[in-house]
Amino acid sequence: MVIIAALITVFSPLIGAGMAGFCERWLNDQGSQRVTCGLMILATLASFYVFKQVVFEGQYITYKLFTWIQSDGFDVSWGLQLDTLTVVMLSVVTLVSTTVHVYSIGYMKHDKSIPRFMSYLSLFTFFMLALVSAPNLLQMFFGWEGVGLASYLLIGFWYDKPSANAAAIKAFLVNRVGDIGFVLGIFTVFYIFNTVQFNEFLYKSPFFVNTSIELFGWELDAITLACLFLFVGAMGKSAQLGLHTWLPDAMEGPTPVSALIHAATMVTAGVFMITRLSPMLEYAPIARDVIIVVGAATALFAATVACTQFDIKRIIAYSTCSQLGYMFMAAGVSAYGASVFHLTTHAFFKAMLFLGAGSVIHAMSDEHDIRRMGGIWSLIPITYTIMWIGSLSLAGFPFFSGHYSKDIILESLWGSGHFLGQMGYIVGVAVVVLTAFYSLRLLFVTFHGKPRADEMVMSHVHESPVSMLAPLYILAIGSIISGFAMFDWFVGEGRRVFWASSIFVIAENDTIEAAHQTNIWIKLTPLAAALIGVGLAFLMYISFKWVPGLITRILGPIYTFVYNKWYFDELYNALIVNPAKSLGRLLWIKGDKAIIDGFGPDGMSNLSLSFGAVLCRLQSGYLYHYAFAMIIGLALIMGWFFWVLG
Amino acid sequence: MFEFYTPDFLPILPQVILIATALAILIEGAFTESAGPALIRRFCMGALLAILISALLSLIAFGLGKQVTTFNGMLVQDAYTLFCQMIVLIGSAAALAIGLPGLENQKLNRFEYPALILLATTGMMFMVAANDLISLFIGLELQGLALYVIVALQRDNLATSEAALKYFVLGALATGMYLYGASFVYGYTGSTNFDSINAVFRYGVEGPISLGSMIGLVFILASLAFKLSAVPFHMWTPDVYQGSPTAVTAFLAAAPKIAAAALTIRLLYLPFGFLVDYWQQIIIFISLASMVLGAFAALRQTDLKRLLAYSSISHMGYALLGIASGGAIGVQGALTYITLYMFMTVGTFAVILALRGRGERCVKDIEDLQGISQIHPKMSMMLAIFMFSLAGIPPMAGFFGKLYVFMAAIDAQLYTLAIVGVLSSVVAAFYYLRIIRTMYFETRPETVQATYGDTMVLTTEASFVLVLSVTVTLLFFVYPSLLLNMTQMAVNSLFN
Repeated sequence: MVIIAALITVFSPLIGAGMAGFCERWLNDQGSQRVTCGLMILATLASFYVFKQVVFEGQYITYKLFTWIQSDGFDVSWGLQLDTLTVVMLSVVTLVSTTVHVYSIGYMKHDKSIPRFMSYLSLFTFFMLALVSAPNLLQMFFGWEGVGLASYLLIGFWYDKPSANAAAIKAFLVNRVGDIGFVLGIFTVFYIFNTVQFNEFLYKSPFFVNTSIELFGWELDAITLACLFLFVGAMGKSAQLGLHTWLPDAMEGPTPVSALIHAATMVTAGVFMITRLSPMLEYAPIARDVIIVVGAATALFAATVACTQFDIKRIIAYSTCSQLGYMFMAAGVSAYGASVFHLTTHAFFKAMLFLGAGSVIHAMSDEHDIRRMGGIWSLIPITYTIMWIGSLSLAGFPFFSGHYSKDIILESLWGSGHFLGQMGYIVGVAVVVLTAFYSLRLLFVTFHGKPRADEMVMSHVHESPVSMLAPLYILAIGSIISGFAMFDWFVGEGRRVFWASSIFVIAENDTIEAAHQTNIWIKLTPLAAALIGVGLAFLMYISFKWVPGLITRILGPIYTFVYNKWYFDELYNALIVNPAKSLGRLLWIKGDKAIIDGFGPDGMSNLSLSFGAVLCRLQSGYLYHYAFAMIIGLALIMGWFFWVLG
Repeated sequence: MFEFYTPDFLPILPQVILIATALAILIEGAFTESAGPALIRRFCMGALLAILISALLSLIAFGLGKQVTTFNGMLVQDAYTLFCQMIVLIGSAAALAIGLPGLENQKLNRFEYPALILLATTGMMFMVAANDLISLFIGLELQGLALYVIVALQRDNLATSEAALKYFVLGALATGMYLYGASFVYGYTGSTNFDSINAVFRYGVEGPISLGSMIGLVFILASLAFKLSAVPFHMWTPDVYQGSPTAVTAFLAAAPKIAAAALTIRLLYLPFGFLVDYWQQIIIFISLASMVLGAFAALRQTDLKRLLAYSSISHMGYALLGIASGGAIGVQGALTYITLYMFMTVGTFAVILALRGRGERCVKDIEDLQGISQIHPKMSMMLAIFMFSLAGIPPMAGFFGKLYVFMAAIDAQLYTLAIVGVLSSVVAAFYYLRIIRTMYFETRPETVQATYGDTMVLTTEASFVLVLSVTVTLLFFVYPSLLLNMTQMAVNSLFN
C-alpha cells in the first residue's frame, strides 16, 4: 500500500508531463492544466499518506522496481528508498510544486504554449522526485541530470528571447561543471565501496576511514575525497559560491519556474544529497570544514549583493543563494536536521515570495524594476500581506517559520564549539542583519512611497485572480506554522525518533543537542540582528530617503563592486568563457572550415563533381565513340589476360 | 524411316503461352481495320494475363523443385531457372502494367507493343533457361531484336530514333562479339553444351585449351556486359534510357537486366566454373568500374531517366560484386540484390509514370519534381522510400541487398572491392538524396510552364504495382527469409 502510494507520488507527475506534452492537441490548454494539476494534487495526497506511514508507522522500505544495469559486480536497480528524509522531501516537493502548478494557470493565462509549460513543470517535479527517492547514487544522478534538463527547458521557455536562451544555456553549462564533481564522486564511492547502493555503502564508512587513494602522486583520504567530489556536485546544483552564477540569470524564466527552482526542486537537491550522505560525511571532517567555509562565504556574498539589486526577482534569487549557504553551514557542523528544517521552511516562504513577486509583476504590467514601483500597497492588499509574511519569515522574525529554522542553525554553529563553526555563527548573524535589511528594503521600495510608475501602468494595477492567490494562502499558512509545528520533529526532542536511520550523527558531533544548551545571549543575538536590519531598512527607505544615495556615494567603488555581483561573471568571462570562445572560433574557422571541410567534405565533393563532369564529357553521344569504348574495353581485358597468363 | 524426336515441351510451357499470346495478338491486330484504344488495352490486358499465368506456372514448378533438361540438353529447368524466370516475368508484367495509361500520349498505342513485350520476355526466359551456347544465342537475339523494335516504336521522334539506332548498332556489335567468342569456345572445347564444356575443365585448367576458351569467354562476357550495361560496355545505356519513351525505359530497366545477370551467373558458374580464378579478375574489374562510374557520372545529371541509367549501371556493379565473390554466398547475394533492385526500379518508374504534366508530358527533369510533395504527398513519400532504398539506407530493402553482397565480398577477402563499393555508394547517395531534397525542400516554381507533375494518372494496375514494390522495399526486413529461402533454393540447384 505504502509502495503504491509512493509510486503514485513519483510517477503521476511523469504521466501528467507526458499527457500534457504529447496529447497537446487533444487536451488543449485547459485540459492540460487540469490534468497536470489534478495529478499533482493526487501526488501530494499520496505523498502525505506515505509520510504518515513512514514516519508514524515506521515503514522504512527500500523497494526495487527493476534492474537497471547489471555488469559483473556492478548492479544498479531502479527503486524507491522510503525513509524519513525522502518522505519529507517528497511532501515538500509535491506540495510546493502543486501550488506552483495551480498558480501557473492564472499567471500563464496569456501565454501561447500553455500545455508545453505545464508539461515541463510536471517533468521537472518528476525528476526531483526520482532524485529524492533514489536508493542509489546512479538513480540520484538520473534525477539530478533530469532536473538540469528540465530547468534548461523552463528557463529557456520563452525561446524567442535571446536573454532567456543565454540564461538557459548558462544554467545548463554551470551545472555541468558541478556534475563532473558528482560523477567523479560516484566513481570514487564505487572505487572505495564497490557499490553505489546507499544502504550498502553509507554505513560501511567507518571501516574505510583510513583508506587512501593515490591521485597525481598525492595520498588522499578516500572518504574525504569522495565527499568533496560529491560536494562539488551539490555546489553546482545548489548555487554555492563559485558555481552560483546561473541562479540569478535563471530569473529569465517565467516566475512560477523561479519559484519551483528556488523552493522545491533543483537548488535543494544539493542540500538533500549532502544530508543523504550524512553517514559518510561524518567520517570526513575536512570535507565538512570545506562545506562550512563555502556555505558561509555564499551566505555573506549573496546577502551583500541582494542589498544592492533593483530587480525584484533578482533580490529574492540572491536571498535563496544566501539561505542555501545557511543550510550548508548547518550540514557542515553535522546539524543535518537543522539543514533540512531550514530547507522545508525556506521552501514555503521562498515559494510564496516568488509567487508574490509574480503577483506584483503581474499587477505592474510585467515590470521587474523596484525603482519603477512604489505606492501600490493599498491597491493590492493581499499580495502586500503575503509579501510581508514571506519577508518576515525570511528575515527570521519570531513566530514565523524562518525564525525557528535559522535560529537552530545559528545555535548549532555556535554550539559546535568548533572554530570554523563559531566563525560561521558570526558570519551568519551578520547575514541576518543583511537579510532583514534587503527583505524590508524590497517591501518598502516596492509598495510604499510615491508611485514611480507611469499613469498607464498605475491605472492597470489590480489584484491577481483566485487561481494565483489560493496557492499563496496555502504557502502563507505553511510559512507561518511550519516553523513551530515541525520544530520538535526536525530538531527538537523527537528528532531521533523522527529521523530514525535516515540521518546519522556521531555522538560527539551532536551539535543540535549542543544548540539547545547554548547561552541565552547566543539565542537572542540573531533576533537583535534581525531587528537592527529592519530598523536600518525603515530608516533608510521610509524616514530618511536621502541616506541610501549618500551611502552609495561614500562607499563608491565598494558599492560598485557589490552591485556588479563581485564581478564574478566578468571574471569567468575573462578567465574561461572568452578563451574557450576564441579557441572554439580558431578551431571552427581554421581547423574545421579551412582544414577539415576544405580537404574533407567540401574538397571531396568538389572533386567528385569535377570527376563526374569528366565522365559526362566522355559520354559524347557519338556512336563511334561508344563502339570504340567497347572495343578498347575488350582489348584491355584481353591484354590483361595475355599479360597474366602469358 | 525417320524417327521423330519429340522434345519435352512441358518445361517450356510458360514460354509457349507467351509466344502463343504474342502471335494471337499479332494476327488479330493485323486483321483489324483500325486498332482503337479499347482494343489495344484488351491486348495489353491479355499480355499481362499471359505473363501472370506464366509466372504462376513457374512458381508451381519452382515449388515442385525438379531438375529437367529438354531439347536435347539445350534448355534446363531447375529451381534457379524458374526463380529467375519468375523475377523476369514479374518485372515484365509490372513494367507493362505501369506503362499502360501512358501508351497513348507516348505514341506507343500500337498493337505490336504488347506482342513485342511478350516476345522480349520470352527471349529472356530462354536466356535464363539456356544450357547451350546456341540456345543462349537464340534467347539473346529474340530478346534483343524485340527490344530494338520497342525502343524504336515511337517512330516520329528524333531522340527515340537516335536511341534505337544506337542501341541496335551497338547491340549488333555485342552480338558479333558473342558469336566470335562462342566459336572460340566451341573450337577449343569441341562442344557448345554447358555440361560438356564444364567436363572439359574438370581435369585441369592449364594449357592451350583453357587459354583459347578464356579468349572466347572474354568475348562472351563483353557481350553480356553490354546487356548488363556494365562499364566499359555501358555507353548505350544513358542515351537509350533518355531517348526511349518512359514506359519503355521502365521495361528496359526492369526485365532485361535481371535476365542478363541471371544468365551471366549461370554461364560463369556452370560451363566455366573451373576457370573461376581467371574470370574473377574480369568481373572484379567490371564491377569496380561500374560502381565507380555509375556513382560519379550521375552527379551532374539533370535528366531523371539519364540519372536512373547511371544508377542502374552502378547497381549492376554491386550485383557483379556478388558474382565476383566466387561462391554460393556471393551468388545468392547477387540474386537477392537484383530481385530487390527490380522492385525498387519498377516502383520508381511507377511513380515517375504516374506524375503527369499539363502538356501531357511525363516528368522528365529532376527540376520537374520541385516541391511536388506539397501536391502529391503520397507519391512523394513513395518515391522518397525508393530513393532511400536505392541509396542503401536501412531499413529499406536496398540496404540489405548491399549488405549481402558486401558480406560475400568480405568473405571472399575482396576487401578493396568492398571498400570501393561502400565509398561509391556514399557518393551515389548524394543524387538519390538530391531528388528527395528537390521534392521536399524546394518550393514549386510559379511559372506557368513548370506544371509537370501537377496532375496524376494512377490506374488500378499501376497502384497495385506501387503497393507491391513499396511493401517489398519497406518491409523486406520484417520477413527477409521469404526471399532468402527462395534464392537459397535457386543457388543450391545451380551448385549441386
